[in-house]
Amino acid sequence: MAKIIMGIETSCDETGVGLVRLHDDGTVELIADEVASSVEQHARFGGVVPEIASRAHLEAMAPTVRRAFDAAGLTLKDVDAVAVTAGPGLAGALLVGVAAAKAYAAALGVPLYGVNHLAGHVAVDTLEHGPLPTPCLALLVSGGHTQLLRVDDIAGKITELGSTVDDAAGEAYDKVARLLGLPYPGGPPIDKAAAGGDPEAIAFPRGMTGPRDAKYDFSFSGLKTAVARWVEAAERRGDEIPVADVCASFQEAVADVLTAKAVAAAAETGIDTLVISGGVAANSRLAGLARERCSAAGVRLRIPRPRLCTDNGAMIAALGAHVVAAGVPQSSLDFSAAPGLPVSTVTV
Amino acid sequence: MLVLALDTSTPAVTAGVVELGPDGAETRAERVTVDARAHGELLTPHLLEAVGAAGIALNDLAAVVCGSGPGPFTGLRAGLATAASLGQVLDVPVYPVCGLDAIAAEASVQAKLLVVTDARRREVYWAVYDADGTRLHGPAVDRPDEIDLTGVEYVAGHGVQVYPDAFELTAVEPWYPSPRGLVLAAADELRSGADPAPLTARYLRRPDAQEPGRPKRVLV
Ligand SMILES: [Zn+2]
Repeated sequence: MAKIIMGIETSCDETGVGLVRLHDDGTVELIADEVASSVEQHARFGGVVPEIASRAHLEAMAPTVRRAFDAAGLTLKDVDAVAVTAGPGLAGALLVGVAAAKAYAAALGVPLYGVNHLAGHVAVDTLEHGPLPTPCLALLVSGGHTQLLRVDDIAGKITELGSTVDDAAGEAYDKVARLLGLPYPGGPPIDKAAAGGDPEAIAFPRGMTGPRDAKYDFSFSGLKTAVARWVEAAERRGDEIPVADVCASFQEAVADVLTAKAVAAAAETGIDTLVISGGVAANSRLAGLARERCSAAGVRLRIPRPRLCTDNGAMIAALGAHVVAAGVPQSSLDFSAAPGLPVSTVTV
Repeated sequence: MLVLALDTSTPAVTAGVVELGPDGAETRAERVTVDARAHGELLTPHLLEAVGAAGIALNDLAAVVCGSGPGPFTGLRAGLATAASLGQVLDVPVYPVCGLDAIAAEASVQAKLLVVTDARRREVYWAVYDADGTRLHGPAVDRPDEIDLTGVEYVAGHGVQVYPDAFELTAVEPWYPSPRGLVLAAADELRSGADPAPLTARYLRRPDAQEPGRPKRVLV
């Protein structure tokens, strides 16, 4: 019998509730995906304010759950299992989802699975492109994370090959947008401005690409500073800032490093599938360059549609479904939200 | 009627089943752990244990009552999120209750009473109650020496334990909102079946957040 899995996500500034149907053959079908975002409340602060996000989660949780069930034409009583983001993420934000999920599971008398947000970003691709070939590689890029992963089993075995040593890629976008006077979050406006610019106009540095640097780690702090210096120097000269060129060149530097390292990992490990997910996966240059380089290297590239790449409950429901299908034991109802949960811990 | 009472507005993680009758309320079972870091972990296990110990099923509950603060933010939300979700599944009303009112209801001193709980940052959440239990002032958040104590004889709530020298009043229990106190504080609404107020947290403080200034200069 097919099972309905509810997924709850509150690790950052999106309150997400997703519903999926796990079929007997192991395939997972998306049936509802509702998100309430507090992004506008954070805009004037230039980044996510944890207390504002946590307050918004509490207010949005029950209405978002209701919307998801209304959209699916189901009731809470139809749920066979609940999955919730246990971490990583903002402590106060995670706690709201975890508390709600425990109560849903307890009141419904169904198992609860505390799952890893990062694994959810990978699992969500199965909703769009079907079962994941394993092993595969995954590149997660968003305002909160920048990680290169090896996925041997989405329900249990994920290894981090590398991650950012300072800013997340999306954070660099936000900071560069701010110094160019573009709105928050910075990804979409930079992508848009870059479309009319020359990606080779300015040679911004490629972080962590020296011979002694860790092969699969990333760094975007130096790039952000380089952009700031370049812009400031131009201002001092009294030049008009060529925003399109700065955006295009910055974006090129980000996409170049991300895709070069991911494709190098594929070559070295012999793994022939790469999933790119997270909010920055929607970036047109990252997707374009990844497509080019993967096709040249014979690597199959999978990028979920933008709506599924950003934080949502569907990714947690999808991961929950894979965890249920794999027969992983349910979580104890006294588990803690884990802000620093490592990606190797898929379920708590 | 059987009511589930939850509170996470103080360091106590509180869940209990209370039977509310026409003239009073009786605790059937309760589970309380004092651990300010365990709200998210323990509340659901505690409420399931209390329901089990009361010899009832979740579906026997007629309503849920939940402390809505004031309280330090993170823990407070665990109780409200739990209560809202339970109410949604069980299809029963969820009544928010001021946690200080719950302490006052249980203290029942028949004299003017101050209730204080710890708000951190050298402040307390407080309210003052008349001899008949009516709330006269508060809830508010202030330093202990800023509270007007005219005519107040007693003080309850764990703010007394945190600031033992701050109040020259007779200290009485309880230190934390009890399940029975929570239900008593909502007794009128529970008995009349009134529509519950929105289940929102009483934070009493704004989030700490600063708008950024101009980007920092990087050239010297
Ligand atoms: Zn994410």
